[in-house]
Amino acid sequence: MDYDIIICFETHVELKTETKLFCDCPVKYEAPPNSQICPVCTGQPGALPVLNKKAVEYAIRAGLALNCTINRESRFARKNYFYPDLPKGYQISQFEKPFCEDGYLEITGDDGKPYVVGIKRIHLEEDAGKLVHSSGSLEASEYSLVDYNRSSVPLLEIVADHERNPLRSVKEARIYLDKLKQIMKYIEISDCMLEKGQFRCDVNISIRPKGSKNLGNRAEIKNMASFKFITEALEYEIKRQSELIESGRRVSQETRLFDEEKKITRPMRSKEDAPDYRYFPDPDLIEVEIDREFLQGIEDSVPELPDQKLDHLIKNFGIPRHDAIILMKEKKISDFFEKCALHCNDRRKLSHWITKDLFKLLNDSSLTIDECPIRPKDFSQLINLADRGDITDSIGRTVLYEMFRTGKNPETIIEAKGLKPIQDVDLLDKILDEVIGENPDAVSNIKQGITKPIDFLVGQVMKKTRGKAPAKKVRELVHKKLLKGPTQS
Amino acid sequence: MELCDRSACDLVGMLKKREISSREITESVFKRIDEKEDTINAYITTTRETALKQADLADKKFRNGKRTSLLNGIPIAIKDILCTQGIRTTCGSNILTNFIPTYTATAVKKVLQAGAVLIGKTNMDEFAMGSSTENSAFGPTRNPVNIEHVPGGSSGGSAAAVSGGETILAIGTDTGGSIRLPSAYCGVAGIKPTYGRVSRYGLIAYASSLDQIGALGRTTEDCAMLLNVICGHDSLDSTSAQVKKPDFRRFLNKGIKGLKVGLPREYFVEGIDTRVEDQIMKAVKVLGKNGADIVDISLPHTKYAISAYYLIATAEASSNLARYDGVKYGFRSNQDIPDSVRMYEETRSEGFGKEVKRRIMLGTYALSAGYYDAYYLKAQKARALIKDDFDKAFEKVDCMITPVSPCLPFKLGEKMADPLQMYLVDIYTVSLNLTGLPGMSVNCGTVDGLPVGLQIIGKAFDEEMVLRVGNTYEKIVEEDV
Ligand SMILES: [Zn+2]
Repeated sequence: MDYDIIICFETHVELKTETKLFCDCPVKYEAPPNSQICPVCTGQPGALPVLNKKAVEYAIRAGLALNCTINRESRFARKNYFYPDLPKGYQISQFEKPFCEDGYLEITGDDGKPYVVGIKRIHLEEDAGKLVHSSGSLEASEYSLVDYNRSSVPLLEIVADHERNPLRSVKEARIYLDKLKQIMKYIEISDCMLEKGQFRCDVNISIRPKGSKNLGNRAEIKNMASFKFITEALEYEIKRQSELIESGRRVSQETRLFDEEKKITRPMRSKEDAPDYRYFPDPDLIEVEIDREFLQGIEDSVPELPDQKLDHLIKNFGIPRHDAIILMKEKKISDFFEKCALHCNDRRKLSHWITKDLFKLLNDSSLTIDECPIRPKDFSQLINLADRGDITDSIGRTVLYEMFRTGKNPETIIEAKGLKPIQDVDLLDKILDEVIGENPDAVSNIKQGITKPIDFLVGQVMKKTRGKAPAKKVRELVHKKLLKGPTQS
Repeated sequence: MELCDRSACDLVGMLKKREISSREITESVFKRIDEKEDTINAYITTTRETALKQADLADKKFRNGKRTSLLNGIPIAIKDILCTQGIRTTCGSNILTNFIPTYTATAVKKVLQAGAVLIGKTNMDEFAMGSSTENSAFGPTRNPVNIEHVPGGSSGGSAAAVSGGETILAIGTDTGGSIRLPSAYCGVAGIKPTYGRVSRYGLIAYASSLDQIGALGRTTEDCAMLLNVICGHDSLDSTSAQVKKPDFRRFLNKGIKGLKVGLPREYFVEGIDTRVEDQIMKAVKVLGKNGADIVDISLPHTKYAISAYYLIATAEASSNLARYDGVKYGFRSNQDIPDSVRMYEETRSEGFGKEVKRRIMLGTYALSAGYYDAYYLKAQKARALIKDDFDKAFEKVDCMITPVSPCLPFKLGEKMADPLQMYLVDIYTVSLNLTGLPGMSVNCGTVDGLPVGLQIIGKAFDEEMVLRVGNTYEKIVEEDV
């Protein structure tokens, strides 16, 4: 049987504000346990929350990036539930009147066409503390420790729409997550480090026989912090749910947990056991009014988004699309490219060298672009030298390696290493004559009109000069000597 | 008259002239505490040692001729619902019996900075839930006017301490009448300011949208003096209002000539003890004779106030009290329980008293899926209508006069078996918490030796009017005597 697949994410993105959502405690991930706490974020009796305006700004920035309507009046609500990592016995979240509603995120669908995935709402809430169990789980542990450093760190919850263009395959799900993460990083509201729990998902999935109008019961898989596991869990669910339907049984609406070792999902609680959170407006916080000026300020500060960036790179710099796609994956990389491009004539060469040579160097030494020892100005100078034929590409690569190792500028390295190209034509002539004498077969082939060995002869000259011969010049000389004609390349 | 029985204003004058010292006042207060406290039980904790040190410090400031706040050297009692760093703060509950806060509430910080002498933390109904101070894990407080009777609640300890000379001034909190009712029953003056006037930071929440900190004293003037110190915007409380801070003592003596005083007819109907009604009407006549224009007004939605109040207050309480789990602070059941969920259950079962549990359950129910609209939301709608009533009525009058309580101070145990009867005691006070309006209780005589309180209601942030009428009334009666 063929099925329609309906996948929908609720994504939690931890915001990188300097302080927490409702108190002045710093947001610090590496701090010793319970060193970043105060009466407010530990829920001491009598303590009261005060909203961090920066977090609101970030939430709205996300809303604008995801094409949402921004509510001019917004409210916080209490979500009441009991868990040891939640110091007040309720989480301050939003229910009615979230900051952003009715948006979308455009992805490339499985059919290769643009597909507009509906975003239902984006709201702001506080994170809970972190539990450290003495073994496996709370239930199995003799004791558990609570670290409140994370308590009240701002979280953005991005809820996709079940009804308005949900995701239709595991592949689309993956594209959606990649793009969502990319956008959050682009607008600089989160580092989205999955391993640090800064980007976590609950995912809903249901299937129905193709063409059927009825929505199937859905399973919700909670708290996934790895794209690989999400993919595996979704694949497992599709298999499990289709087997149930084919054997005439019902899929039950329930929450499930993914077993990372066995690669299966297990039921956690059924719909009937779903907790009643008893939401109500938090009386400790007044309604938030977003005035025109504040909103305008945020609108003006939203940076270029990935899709716009791609267009921009192709149109303004004339670089090949496949390079542009690589460069725009991360804003910091395209920023590096654009900084280099300011001083650089051959942008195609530039993008090629960044995406091929520089990336390899970074990869080999496990560095990020932030940690790249080469300054953009020096990088563009290197490209200009190669572009003008002042150095050969092969020497350029040697110089690049040295630049990466030492952080020095290319001219200093060329000078110090004696890598200046040979400009003396008589000397080049002499070396070429030697090469011609040593390779009679190649020479006779060329003379019969087979041009392929020209490269070979040029290569031999390069070898003898340790790459210091300008290839363009040598090629000219070969043509002159053997074909008696102008260069045809 | 002993020092501990004098008004704060008298003492301020005597201190200024260096006729007495703060140490003498403080010692006088503690002497009274030694005599009476076994019977009255106004305090949960007294802080004698630090109080005497604070008194000496205040005296030193006088000696050095430093400019001081009026409160410098004046003894004050704080309701045990306000956090005091290093001093246990119980909220009248077993569940916080050993809780020592790591910080001090804003209002308390302000009085201490002004040089007031902290005498101790006063008894109260557990988590401020009650109208008689009988719901305290530390035993009931008795009314110093007649120890067979309750002092009213929930700030019963604060009112009894002021009334009995166990302090000079006191801070209380008012969620449904908890300052005004005990002030009325103990025959002292007490004001609940407008919601947002005094920072709630450090006030252990019962019902966050209704709770407000206020002042109790022997006279209206004393209340004004204390309110001057504790009010003002606080960046730590988002609901704290950004309004200008007047000198509440400035217009106290402006008189009442030509003021329009409203008499809401819905407050004088069946259910009120006629002896109380007579006493209030006598006071109204006094005001009329002295130039006030008495106006009949209507607050038609008054009948919904009690229901709306008990739904909203309990709903908020059910959430506010969820944090007491015995893990981070406070009481934990010492039964040997292997699993955490049962540990929480036992802790909360043993830690909370009967009335608190009743209200947690009521509030949880009111917020539950399927009931939210019918209870919580409807109560909020009623609240809006009640607010509307007041807005309209205040277009016609400058202030309103009502009784504080429909009955006289009742006897200990009299209403404990019937929570509904107990809830009805708040019938005239809860509307001001629902609307956030300021109101105070001033004494208007006694019936069979039991005090009756006159409630004066003002427009939002017009405490000046409330205090002015209260002070004028007190002064007229004083002269007549
Ligand atoms: Zn904090």
